[in-house]
Amino acid sequence: MIAATAPTGVLAASYARDRIALIAFWLLLVLLFAALAAPWLAPQNPYDLAQLDILDAKLAPGTQSSAGLTYWLGTDDQGRDMLSAILYGLRISVGVGIASTALALALGLTAGMIAARAGGWIDGLIMRIVDLQLSFPAILVALILLALTGQGIDRIILALVVVQWAYYARTVRAAALVELRKEYVEAAVCMGVSEARILLSHVLPNVLPPVMVVATVQIAQAIALEATLSFLGLGLPITEPSLGLLIANGYAHLLSGKYWISFFPGLALLATIVAINLVGDRLRDLLNPRLG
Amino acid sequence: MTYVLRRLAWSLATLLVMSLLVFAGVYAIGNPVDLLINPQADQAEIARATALLGLDRPLWEQYWRFFRGALGGDLGISFAASVPAITLILERMPATLELALTAMLIAVTLGIPLGLLAGLRPRSWLARSIMALSTVGFALPTFWVGLMLIMVFSVQLGWLPTTGRGTTVDVFGIPLSMFTVDGLRHLLLPATTLALFKLALLIRLTRAGTQDAMLQDYVRYARAKGLSESAVVRSHVLPNILIPIVTVAGLELGSLIAFAIVTETVFAWPGMGKLLIDSINVLDRPVIVAYLLATVCLFILINLLVDLLYAVLDPRVKSGTT
Amino acid sequence: MGYACAMKSATLIQASRLLLCALIAVTAVQAHAAELRIGLSGEVTSLDPQFLAAQPNLTVARHIFESLTDVDPQTRLIPGLAERWRAIDATTWEFNLRRGVKFHDGSPFTAEDAAFSLARPLSIKGSPGGFAAYVRAIASTTVVDTHTLRVKTKYPYGALPEDLNSILIVSKKHALNAGPEDFDSGRALVGTGPYKYLRYQRGDRLELTRHEQWWGKAPAWDKVTLRIVPADPSRTAALLAGELDAIEHVPSADIKNVNKNNKLNVTQTTSWRTILLHLDQYRTQPPGVSDLNGKPLAANPFMDLRVRRAISKAINRTAIAERVMEGLAVPAANIVSPGVFGYNSALKAEPYDAEGAKRLLAEAGYPHGFRVTLAGPNNRYINDEQVLQTVAQLLTRVGIQTRVEAAPMSAFLGRVRKEETSFALLGWGSFAADLSLRSLVAAPNADKGYGAWNWGRYANPKVEALMEQALGSVDRTKREALAREAGTLAMQDLAFIPLHHQVVSWAMRANLNYVPRTDEFTFAHHFTPR
Repeated sequence: MIAATAPTGVLAASYARDRIALIAFWLLLVLLFAALAAPWLAPQNPYDLAQLDILDAKLAPGTQSSAGLTYWLGTDDQGRDMLSAILYGLRISVGVGIASTALALALGLTAGMIAARAGGWIDGLIMRIVDLQLSFPAILVALILLALTGQGIDRIILALVVVQWAYYARTVRAAALVELRKEYVEAAVCMGVSEARILLSHVLPNVLPPVMVVATVQIAQAIALEATLSFLGLGLPITEPSLGLLIANGYAHLLSGKYWISFFPGLALLATIVAINLVGDRLRDLLNPRLG
Repeated sequence: MTYVLRRLAWSLATLLVMSLLVFAGVYAIGNPVDLLINPQADQAEIARATALLGLDRPLWEQYWRFFRGALGGDLGISFAASVPAITLILERMPATLELALTAMLIAVTLGIPLGLLAGLRPRSWLARSIMALSTVGFALPTFWVGLMLIMVFSVQLGWLPTTGRGTTVDVFGIPLSMFTVDGLRHLLLPATTLALFKLALLIRLTRAGTQDAMLQDYVRYARAKGLSESAVVRSHVLPNILIPIVTVAGLELGSLIAFAIVTETVFAWPGMGKLLIDSINVLDRPVIVAYLLATVCLFILINLLVDLLYAVLDPRVKSGTT
Repeated sequence: MGYACAMKSATLIQASRLLLCALIAVTAVQAHAAELRIGLSGEVTSLDPQFLAAQPNLTVARHIFESLTDVDPQTRLIPGLAERWRAIDATTWEFNLRRGVKFHDGSPFTAEDAAFSLARPLSIKGSPGGFAAYVRAIASTTVVDTHTLRVKTKYPYGALPEDLNSILIVSKKHALNAGPEDFDSGRALVGTGPYKYLRYQRGDRLELTRHEQWWGKAPAWDKVTLRIVPADPSRTAALLAGELDAIEHVPSADIKNVNKNNKLNVTQTTSWRTILLHLDQYRTQPPGVSDLNGKPLAANPFMDLRVRRAISKAINRTAIAERVMEGLAVPAANIVSPGVFGYNSALKAEPYDAEGAKRLLAEAGYPHGFRVTLAGPNNRYINDEQVLQTVAQLLTRVGIQTRVEAAPMSAFLGRVRKEETSFALLGWGSFAADLSLRSLVAAPNADKGYGAWNWGRYANPKVEALMEQALGSVDRTKREALAREAGTLAMQDLAFIPLHHQVVSWAMRANLNYVPRTDEFTFAHHFTPR
């Protein structure tokens, strides 16, 4: 496993050898920047109702507003500037994706490490729960959870964490078990190094990289799942739309030719997920060719 | 066999937890009668209907009633349809299974050859376009693909019907639409939509497996023996990569059934996923619980079949040792 | 206008071409001589006509069954299975039943069937449907002879003929011991209506054939298929693709293009459904209402008529009707839709007046406004979520900072019942103003059955007294005048804020016609070839 040892420079150089992956990386960087800087980049704050004008609703791309602002990507049915809505929507989608994946990763990491170290009935119990969780499709679990808890950004993150953590727990446990059997761990135990220290400073660094790669791709999955749940009306509230909700919102207008209401958010979603996947794939190829 | 029994026990435990969750959730959200009842009804009428359905009882009592009934195979009567919830689910199940199986068939018959092509010549433009396709397939939201397909193939070209399920014929008493021309025409678009994600997944799996296998010693020996490339693929690569693929394909069938919820909504496909969404909308608790039970049973069955298939494909595995 | 802009890039040209073609592509319909395929928008849960009083169930049921009193497309009462009815005294009604009416099995329809049907709602087990509400006023029924039925009410009640329109008449012979499965399988599905049961696939379609012995004018279609297509774009697409001959509830997003399409014909009228906003008028500290810093206000602003009028003035109803609803709404000022019993045409919708609203707010002591939370459903009424957002936008502009809380009807209604909302959107449809007042405006009173949907607990003894007088009079002219007066008073006092009356629409092949119905029902037998 070269992950823990390869210097970053070498990694970057070999990553850059794949042109498509390089383009994807830059695209992802641009998208992340756009998401972070949305409040400064967007011509309009789409959440501030005082800035919206219903009389500007459903304008085609390039139309001028009554206030002289140009709607480069058109407006939606509330008179929201689509460009601003997409920037803010990207922020929410990416935010939800990263937050839920990070939380799930933290939870899965903890559970997996505990299971691997503790063994016995604790291991058994954790792994049974993991098995159960994994035997149910993510969308079904998330759907039931959201239907019962209601809409909201916190609820959807919770649902996405619930459906993702088990996957990490299992991967981490397997990797940690391998590490724990290695000689250096035994040596450390003999030298009287504390258990927590072994886990944190020896096992964790070796377990983390492959899981991180998986997590990259999982962010894309989480974003896609959020979009689908929002489409079913179970995701986010309409006042602060994610990309998925923007697409769902424009879905009704597709047949009538007002393609821009869902086409551009769809494009943004597509670009984000494709970029994350390409970057994740390349990292996986480089760091851990056998994991795929 | 003990493995199967243990699995069954755990699944039942999950079901218990999930049914509790559904009961508590519905109880917390509100009174189904408020949603179902005719608006002209007054307070007394709402109270009467609520009492008739037993919804005025404390939560634990409602659950206990359900639990006792469930032990005897009675999952309750649908609030909205007044028919046993399990009947509703079983009525809709063939449509969903038909859709999911057809989607899996599409994904397997296209995904394995494409993945093989991409894996054998990873640097070719063909391989690259296949991989690009699979990346996009991963990224596209199902509902969006569905509507696009309807627009192109039904509305613009007029080749295929937009929505609904076609004519069915009874096969062993089960109404299936995949054996009539009309049925197949209705099935094609929703099944393709549903298959897309799994197709992308299978392409990736097959490609990875193929690339892996091509580096193995047995392939090198086979080549050294002078076997043609196609013979190597046919008799050495394919059998080796097929096992994990079949396993994954089988396990993914469960997720296809769950994802059918979205496809069924877009294509007005009368399956159990659409029923679940409708039931959630009116808080039809018995149907939600029955849906969960039905899917849990389906998943157990699918897992069993996959294990059996695994044993058949790989002689090294003796049944019962997993 | 969108297409010109779309030509800027190659991909957009493709996209817009695709969409353009979608609008004009309607494959030629090779319709069978006399078959009609209709796309319905709601999920049918049961075929038992007295199980659940939901519009989709009743739409289907009314093809097979009929009621004693019927309503015309403008919701005015007309004879149904009863040819005539009159009040003999304040609490006794006599219905003279139509002669020569045959059930689908050929047996004659008699007063016995009618009496049985009126008693049945109270005896169905596990029905959450609330049909019992329509027979609540009935004390007893007497079969005078085979074609005369006498109904005694518990108290003077003028709305009995309206209520009986909702009770469909079943065949006593077939429905006596029938359970829900007997209706779903068609065994008990024996009515007097223009169509007979042929086949039913739950969640998908109901197929019907013409009842040749029907007493009315024979409908043009031998066979009718009612397809259930709740997803809006899918329903339009199926019509455009020629798989359906007609659809109900044309999605507002598609109405313009469907209208322009010369291969299609669209008919529409004002629906009986009125969209309104309930305001908390009983708590000093209503939830979700605060000053601009989030601190509680000294008093409940909604209790001040000036504030209610300011809210009404701040709402641009024309913009909502034209922009959000794409013309599928009419600005409202009444408790019932135009043409409905008790409608007052003298009341005009409040014109949009942001300055006037600000002045009124300042007068009421809120020169800088305050904060409210507006709750509503996101899956019940036409564009409900969009309407909520637009109202919030307009109110925010005059200083009332409004946060929208849209949720599925199930969750929204749950919150309303727990009294967690203070400003909420509701849609209401009724045959008569006094019936609407009873549910929406009369002070909640469980004993009398008043105000079950009066979420704001508005109370006005004067309105209530007039409403009671109206409901108690069996003289229709007198009753309508009273109901109109009561409704006008309630609206002048802004018991709730009326937003708009929905417009209901049907789209069909160009060679078909349908007389649009205010009660939103879609009846195959009312479709005619052009």
